[in-house]
Amino acid sequence: MTEVLQHIPEVFTAKDLVTDQEVRWCPGCGDYSILKQVQTVMPNLGYKKEEIVFVSGIGCSSRFPYYMDTFGMHSIHGRATAIATGLKTSRPELNVWIVTGDGDALSIGGNHFIHLLRRNLDVNLLLFNNQIYGLTKGQYSPTSVEGQVTKSTPFGSLDHPFNPLALAMGADASFVARSMDRDPKHLQQMIERTAKFKGTSLLEIYQNCNVFNDGAFFTYTDKETKAGEALFVENGKPLIYGEGNNKGIRLNNTTPEIVDLTTGEFSTTDLWVHDEKDYLKSTLLTRFFDSPDLENHFPRPFGVLYAKERPCYEDAVHAQIAYAKEGKEADLDSIIRGRQTWVVK
Amino acid sequence: MTIETKRLNDVVIRFAGDSGDGIQLIGTEFTNATALLQNDLGTFPDFPAEIRAPAGTLAGVSGYQIHFGSHEIHTPGDDCDTLVVMNAAGLKKNVEFLKKGGIIIANEDGFDNKNLRLANIDENDNPLKNGSLDGFSVFTAPITKLTREGIKDFGLGTKETDRSRNMFVLGLISWLYNRPLESSIDFINKKFSKDRTIAEANIKALHIGYSFGETAEMFAERYEILAAPMKPGHYRGITGNQAASLGLVAASQKAGLQLFYGTYPITPASDILHELARHKNFGVITFQAEDEIAAISSTIGASYGGSLGVTASSGPGIDLKSEAMGLAIMLELPLVVINVQRAGPSTGMPTKTEQSDLLLAYFGRHGEAPMPIVAANSPADCFDTIYEACKIAVEFMTPIFFLSDAYLANGAEPWRFPEAKDLDSITPQYAKVDGTATQKYQPYLRDNRLVRQWALPGIKGLENRIGGLEKEDITGNISYDSKNHEKMVRIRAQKVENIAQSLPDLSFDAGAESGKLLILGWGSTYGTIKTACQELKKEGIEVSHAHLRWLNPFPKNLAKILSSFDKVLIPENNTGQLQLLIKGKYMVDAVGLNKIQGQPFTVSEISNKVKELLA
Repeated sequence: MTEVLQHIPEVFTAKDLVTDQEVRWCPGCGDYSILKQVQTVMPNLGYKKEEIVFVSGIGCSSRFPYYMDTFGMHSIHGRATAIATGLKTSRPELNVWIVTGDGDALSIGGNHFIHLLRRNLDVNLLLFNNQIYGLTKGQYSPTSVEGQVTKSTPFGSLDHPFNPLALAMGADASFVARSMDRDPKHLQQMIERTAKFKGTSLLEIYQNCNVFNDGAFFTYTDKETKAGEALFVENGKPLIYGEGNNKGIRLNNTTPEIVDLTTGEFSTTDLWVHDEKDYLKSTLLTRFFDSPDLENHFPRPFGVLYAKERPCYEDAVHAQIAYAKEGKEADLDSIIRGRQTWVVK
Repeated sequence: MTIETKRLNDVVIRFAGDSGDGIQLIGTEFTNATALLQNDLGTFPDFPAEIRAPAGTLAGVSGYQIHFGSHEIHTPGDDCDTLVVMNAAGLKKNVEFLKKGGIIIANEDGFDNKNLRLANIDENDNPLKNGSLDGFSVFTAPITKLTREGIKDFGLGTKETDRSRNMFVLGLISWLYNRPLESSIDFINKKFSKDRTIAEANIKALHIGYSFGETAEMFAERYEILAAPMKPGHYRGITGNQAASLGLVAASQKAGLQLFYGTYPITPASDILHELARHKNFGVITFQAEDEIAAISSTIGASYGGSLGVTASSGPGIDLKSEAMGLAIMLELPLVVINVQRAGPSTGMPTKTEQSDLLLAYFGRHGEAPMPIVAANSPADCFDTIYEACKIAVEFMTPIFFLSDAYLANGAEPWRFPEAKDLDSITPQYAKVDGTATQKYQPYLRDNRLVRQWALPGIKGLENRIGGLEKEDITGNISYDSKNHEKMVRIRAQKVENIAQSLPDLSFDAGAESGKLLILGWGSTYGTIKTACQELKKEGIEVSHAHLRWLNPFPKNLAKILSSFDKVLIPENNTGQLQLLIKGKYMVDAVGLNKIQGQPFTVSEISNKVKELLA
């Protein structure tokens, strides 16, 4: 009987994650969907509610922790990644999530973002990318497209945007994925993969800001264009997209090519088979970043683009401490004394 | 020739040479030997910011001064009795610090045409030969040649051979001042444990330096300095940065907390990182972050998780941490911010000392963002002061500033060290789940000192959200309510003020509790002011000295003390920062004595000012 009691799982439901705080995103904001999908997936991940911590920076996305009845910290602009690094390093058993946006993670927090990825702590990073500064009411962000007209760029943005996933690959990220607010099922799958991966898991979520940048990603989310513009990748499966799966990507030596699967010249067996553990091919995939306006542009990939585990920083830190403890007793008096002492009588 | 041994009460020796000459090593090893002889002592390393400025140039001169004696010593001394120079540049830069009639020991090989040229001295104007040093006792020896000759059998290259010159000098000066060589030999054996040849060559150089003193018939006398009467106890030598590091480990152990030290390399704070990184067997996490902001942010994350979070830097790095300190104030989490001050602004003079960040610690954050501030007053005192900083941070759930400076950080002195069991207890203010509570956990509920609790992630029932937005009193929910904001601003300030209730009254280091003149000091000016008071007393001039460890809040009795004197003198290595605070808060027309030269005060600068004020 006692044994049974000890094994009662700490069950909680999506409803238990809702706080008493009124959600204050603009009506119609893509953030609502992301919150809903996270709350839906979270109870199935095997963590106790009190072990979960959400850390955010500043921006619309960063209000997220207030709406999750877990532990949470709404910190300062750009620093959620650094704060989470300290938290996870010191408390490796916690389930740490970072919620950030394109301005927070890639502009003011750009430095911490790449260093988090390089160190590879076992944390989950949800990057809400809406290609705009929403909370400050509509200035261009480091992911805004060239020419984008915003409040601070009335004649069009001159900045060349970041490709966040390629940037992450450059920083030796171990897990890189992309999803979108308007595909709840895919987003749930991706959140689950993100959560279950051991290492820094970066999930970029295309999120619509219906007030300042409405429709930025409609090409990939709308029924009319989604099939032809969004490439959903799955590990071990060929890269196929298009209306009725009429197109594919093949690798001609090292050069990706779009091929028509309806002419009979190419079949699915000719196609590039996605291998999420192949760093070089995944890097190529993150480089599918063409503007949809370009002729013969590649489709934008969604799904887990890269996932290959490597040692996590916090594990190495604690292994080193354990090793040091084995070698030398922690005797406070001994270090206070030091090597050379003398006595005055 | 008989060499007489003359007994001296105290001596100041200054070593100077090129930064590649191993001057700091001579200094620290001479200091260790001196400490073991139970002299009281104070040291002052004075080195350039450049790692290797061109050899032989004025920019590359490195210095190390030690003051030791058979009585209490609280400073590295003003001018030196003996100046040991390895080259012309070393002499040129340091001869001004030598007392009239003082001893110069010079490596004459460092005064060849090339070295003279590098020191911007005319080749025909060699100071060892032109009579300019006539007022001093000058002893010269071809130290480079003697070292080369003495250790040639070891088959080392010229570079390796010449690097042993410093051991020759250490040997010679150890002979002159009757210091045993054992501790230096131990050191050499440890340092070169992997290369016996180099170890043996260095030991040989040490011995030939020592014998040279005895046999060269240069010196008519040598000196001995008896042990100083010091408070009974166990002693060791320690620098300020070492003491601060040990204080942190001690506080984390006594509090039962994991120490998380998040930092970014910066002079002169980095040695704390180096020291702590050696103590991982205490569970210490040292995190070398990507920048100063990540250093403090990661530390806040660790504090949130229940670690003793400590971040450190010097001026420029502290500037970068300001925003995150504001967050820590809002979150009301324990956090120790170490500022090893150096001469600013901007990059300033990174290796030179200054006390110019007091107002930064006070006011260097936007909004009403009060932080408690403590300052150490001597190298060894860094241990006690940082220990107290940790205790207050943890028990009052607050970020706190610990101020040190380059002078304390690198200076060394004997330390009567405590036993771990005698250190104060430190009690974390953990939130606990109350089984009978019907309400959810209230993160900003406070005790009667206005201190909130530490709710650690992982504990069921304590789930809560905190952040940088203004908090509603008690619940911690976001609040834009105007009255609540004012209330919270006042609560945060009052909480810091309440710390004063748990602090002892400010006491006097010298003099009566009222009178004509009070010297009010803070930080590293302590030893110099104390010595000045002792010397003035010998001259029949009685002044009082009180030294502040707590700069925010000030001790409860400070107002009373200030009002008990006709005049108040505040010596500071800045343009008058404490003076401004004292004037503003207590309406006392305090007089400043200000030195902003990257160098500490000399005793005579303090006593002359006192005499001027009493005239």
